[in-house]
Amino acid sequence: MDKMPAWADVVLIPLISLLLAAILSALVILAIGESPVEAFNLMVDGALMRSSGWGYTLYYATNFIFTGLAVAVAFHARMFNIGGEGQAMLGGLGVALMCLYVPWPHWSLAMLGSTLGAAAFGALWALIPAYLQAKRGSHIVITTIMFNFIAAALLNYLLIGVLKPKGSMEPASAKFDPAFALPTFQDMFASEGNPLFRGAPANVSFFLALLACLFVWLLIWRSRLGYEIRAYGWSQTGAKYAGISGTKIIIVSMLISGGLAGLMAVNTTQGEAERLILNMTEGAGFIGIAVALMGRNHPFGVLLAAILFGFLYQGGAELALWTNIPRELIVVIQALVILFTGALDNMVRMPLERLFLALRRKEG
Amino acid sequence: MTAPAIELKGISKAFGPVQANKDISIRVMPGTIHGIIGENGAGKSTLMSILYGFYKADRGEIFINGTKTEIPDSQAAIAAGIGMVFQHFKLVENFTVVENVILGAEDGALLTPSISKARKSLKQLADEYELSVDPDALIENLSVGHQQRVEILKALYRQADILILDEPTGVLTPAEADHLFRILDNLRKEGKTIILITHKLREIMEYTDTVSVMRRGEMTATVKTSETSTEELAELMVGRKVLLRVDKQPAEPKQVVLSVKDLRVTDSAGVERVKGVSFDIRAGEIYGIAGVAGNGQSELMEVLGGMQSGTGTITMNGEEIDLTGKFSDGQSRRARGIGHVPEDRHDEGLILDYTAWENTIFGYHRDAEWSAGPLLKNAAIIEEAGAKMERFDVRPPIPSLKAKNFSGGNQQKIVLAREIEKNPDLLLVGQPTRGVDIGAIEFIHQEIIRLRDEGKAILLVSVELDEIMSLSDRIAVMFDGQIMGERDPAQTDERELGLLMAGIAGEPDKPDWKAVEENLEAVEHGEAPKHG
Repeated sequence: MDKMPAWADVVLIPLISLLLAAILSALVILAIGESPVEAFNLMVDGALMRSSGWGYTLYYATNFIFTGLAVAVAFHARMFNIGGEGQAMLGGLGVALMCLYVPWPHWSLAMLGSTLGAAAFGALWALIPAYLQAKRGSHIVITTIMFNFIAAALLNYLLIGVLKPKGSMEPASAKFDPAFALPTFQDMFASEGNPLFRGAPANVSFFLALLACLFVWLLIWRSRLGYEIRAYGWSQTGAKYAGISGTKIIIVSMLISGGLAGLMAVNTTQGEAERLILNMTEGAGFIGIAVALMGRNHPFGVLLAAILFGFLYQGGAELALWTNIPRELIVVIQALVILFTGALDNMVRMPLERLFLALRRKEG
Repeated sequence: MTAPAIELKGISKAFGPVQANKDISIRVMPGTIHGIIGENGAGKSTLMSILYGFYKADRGEIFINGTKTEIPDSQAAIAAGIGMVFQHFKLVENFTVVENVILGAEDGALLTPSISKARKSLKQLADEYELSVDPDALIENLSVGHQQRVEILKALYRQADILILDEPTGVLTPAEADHLFRILDNLRKEGKTIILITHKLREIMEYTDTVSVMRRGEMTATVKTSETSTEELAELMVGRKVLLRVDKQPAEPKQVVLSVKDLRVTDSAGVERVKGVSFDIRAGEIYGIAGVAGNGQSELMEVLGGMQSGTGTITMNGEEIDLTGKFSDGQSRRARGIGHVPEDRHDEGLILDYTAWENTIFGYHRDAEWSAGPLLKNAAIIEEAGAKMERFDVRPPIPSLKAKNFSGGNQQKIVLAREIEKNPDLLLVGQPTRGVDIGAIEFIHQEIIRLRDEGKAILLVSVELDEIMSLSDRIAVMFDGQIMGERDPAQTDERELGLLMAGIAGEPDKPDWKAVEENLEAVEHGEAPKHG
C-alpha cells in the first residue's frame, strides 16, 4: 500500500513546509527588529489585494510556470535540467531576432513568431547537453550548468556587439517595433471607469503559460510519448525491454524542456522589456527547479507553486519598498521557502508517513 | 528432559497495518534440523530477523537453551550462540576467506595473532565437517557454493550452536546443494541445531527432522517430517489443496518456429557470454533451458527479446531476424510474434510505479488499437485491463492499483496476461515462478501448458530444475555459454542434468565432485573449464 493518501502528499506536505518556512522567516524578521505581522500584511496587500499587485504577481508567475514545466518534463525522464536559465537566455535571443528582423503585420503574428523562435532556440540550447548525455554519457546536470555560463557569455557578447544599436551606451538590443507590444492585462481588462491592473507588466503570455500547462498535462499523462518518457524515467532496463529507445527519450524530452524554458522570454522580452536586455531571465531559470519540486512535477502543481513564488517576488519587492527590511532579507525568505518545500521535503514527509501509518493501524 | 535450543513464545510483530508475525510459538530441540516453510510474505524472514536481533518483536519472549534471552541486536544473537547465513551473502569481496572470518571478531589491534588463530580453527572445522575452503583465496574468486561455506565458517568460528540458513540452495547447483546438506548433516551429528528456511518442499522432506509451516504471519502447524507428506505441507502452506505435479499430455510438435544457429553474444565488458549456441523450437513444444545462473541463459533471452545485439542467425517462421541493426529492439521482436516474459519482472517486465492498466500495454503501447493520434485511449485500455486481470485471476483485480502493490505471483500474472493475450507464435519465459507463491505457480504452469497445447512455441529458462523437468518437452543444459547437451525429460534425472550444469558430460554414476567444483569456479572467474 502507499504510505499516505494522495491528498496528503499533494496538499498537506507543501502546506506544512510552507508554514515552517513562514515561521522561520517570521523569526528572522523579528530578529532584525521588525514586525512579522506587519511585513506579512504588507506582502499580501502589495501582491494580492490590488489588481496591479496581481498584475505583477502573475507576471512573475508566468516566468515560473514556463521554467517549472521545463524542469518537470525533464524530470519525468529522470533528468535534472538545471539549464533553464541558459535556455531562457537563448529563448530571449530567439524572440529578439524575430522581433527585430521580421516585419510582422500584427502583434499577434509577432507573438506567434517569437513563440516559435523562443521555443526553437531554447530547445536547440538543450539539444547539445541532451546529445552529450545520450551518446557520450556526459552528465546532464554538469553540462546544463556549464551551458548556463556559455549562454550568459554569448548573450553578453551579442549585446555589446552585433545587437547593440550604434551609439547606444548600454548592453541591450534596439527597441522592438512598438506595434509588436503584447497587450497587457491593463489593455485587456481595464475600462474607462474601472482602471484595473494599472501599470502592471502581466500580459497575454500568461495565457500562453496556461496553454503550456495543458500541453504538458496532455503530453505526460495522455500521450504515448509521455507514457514512454515516464517508463524510461522509472526504469531504463524496463524501457529497453519494451523497445523504447533511451537516446530518443533523452533527446526529445530535453528538446521539450528547453523549448518550455525558452518560452519565458516571450513574457519578459517581448511582453515587458520590448528589447533584449542582459538580465532578461531575472533568475527564473533556477526558481523553476523549486517550482517543479513543490508542484510535484505536475502541471497543476507547477501552476500553483508558480503563483506562490510570484507572490513572494512581488510581496518581497513591496517589503523592500515600504519597510526597513533590506532587499537581501527577501532573498532569505524566498530561499527558506525553497529550502523547506524542496530540499527538506523528507523532513516533513517522514513524520507524516509515520503518523498516517499509526492512524491506519489504529483503525485496523 | 533437555531444554529446547530455541523456544519462542507468543512472538508478534507488525509493520504498519501488516501483521507480519502473529502470536508465534515454536520449540526447536538441540541436534535437529528444523525446517520452516511458507510462501513469500508468510513471515519466515521476519521471524528469523527477530531471532537474530534485526527487529524487535512487539510482544513475545525468546528462550535460548531454557534461559530467557533478550536479543536487541545481532551482537547479542552471536553472544547467545546464534549464527545466520543470509540468502544474499554479507562478505567483503576483496578480502580473503580468513580475513572475512575474523571480521568483527578480531582479538586485538594487531591482526596477525587473530589470523593465525583463525587459520588453525578453519583447518579443524574443515576436517570435521567437510567444510574445506582455501583460507587465502579472495572471496570474489570463489564460487557461490564456496562463498556460502565461508558464511557457515564465520558463524562456527563465532562458536555458534544454532545456525539459521535462509533459502540456502536458491543459488546452488544440485551438486553444491548435496554437498551443503552433507555439511549440515555433519553439524547435526555434532549436536548443532539448524533452522532451515526454504520454500522447496523436497528439501524439507529429505533433510529435516521437524517442520513448521507458516501462512500469513501465523504458524499453522509444526509436525515431525517423517509423519507428513509434501501434499499435506503444500496444503498447510497455501490453505487449500494444491496440484504439485504438472498435468500435461505429451507434446505434438509441428513446424519449426524459431531456429537459432551459432548465436554469439558479447557483453559490454567484452566477455563472450554466449559461445555459439544452436537449437530449433517447434510449434506446440516447450524447450527448457536449465543451468546455473550466469552461464549465458540471460544473454540468450535478451538477444531473442531484442534487448541486446548478437551475431549468428536467428530465423522466426522462416524469416531471418536482424540481430545488430538499427531495428533490432523489443518492438521489432513483438511485431514478429515473439512475446517475452523477462527474468526480472521488477526491473524489466513491469514498471512498478505504473498502475496495473498501464502495465498491461507495456511494450505494446504503440499498437494502433490503443492509440488515438499521439494520445493513448486510456478508457479503453483500463476496461481491457480489468477483463485481462479477471481472466488471469489477478488479485485484487483493480486496474488502477500500482504494480508494486501486488504480490509477486500477481505481478507475474499481469506480465503473463499481457504477453499471452497478444497471442504470440513464440513465448520467451524467464524464471516464471521466481518469488512466486505455490498457489500462483500452479496457475502459471497451467497457462504455459495451455499455450503450448494451442500450438505455440515456448522457450523456458529457469534455474529451478524441478520446473524445467516438469514443464519441458525437451531440455537443453547451458554451461559456460554453450549447450552441453539436449535430453528427453522422460529419460534423464536431476543427477545427470546437475552434472551437465557443471559442464561434465561423463558417466553419471560416478560423479567427479572435484571436477564439478573446479569447473564451476573456473567459469565464475571467466576462465576456460578444466574438465569436459
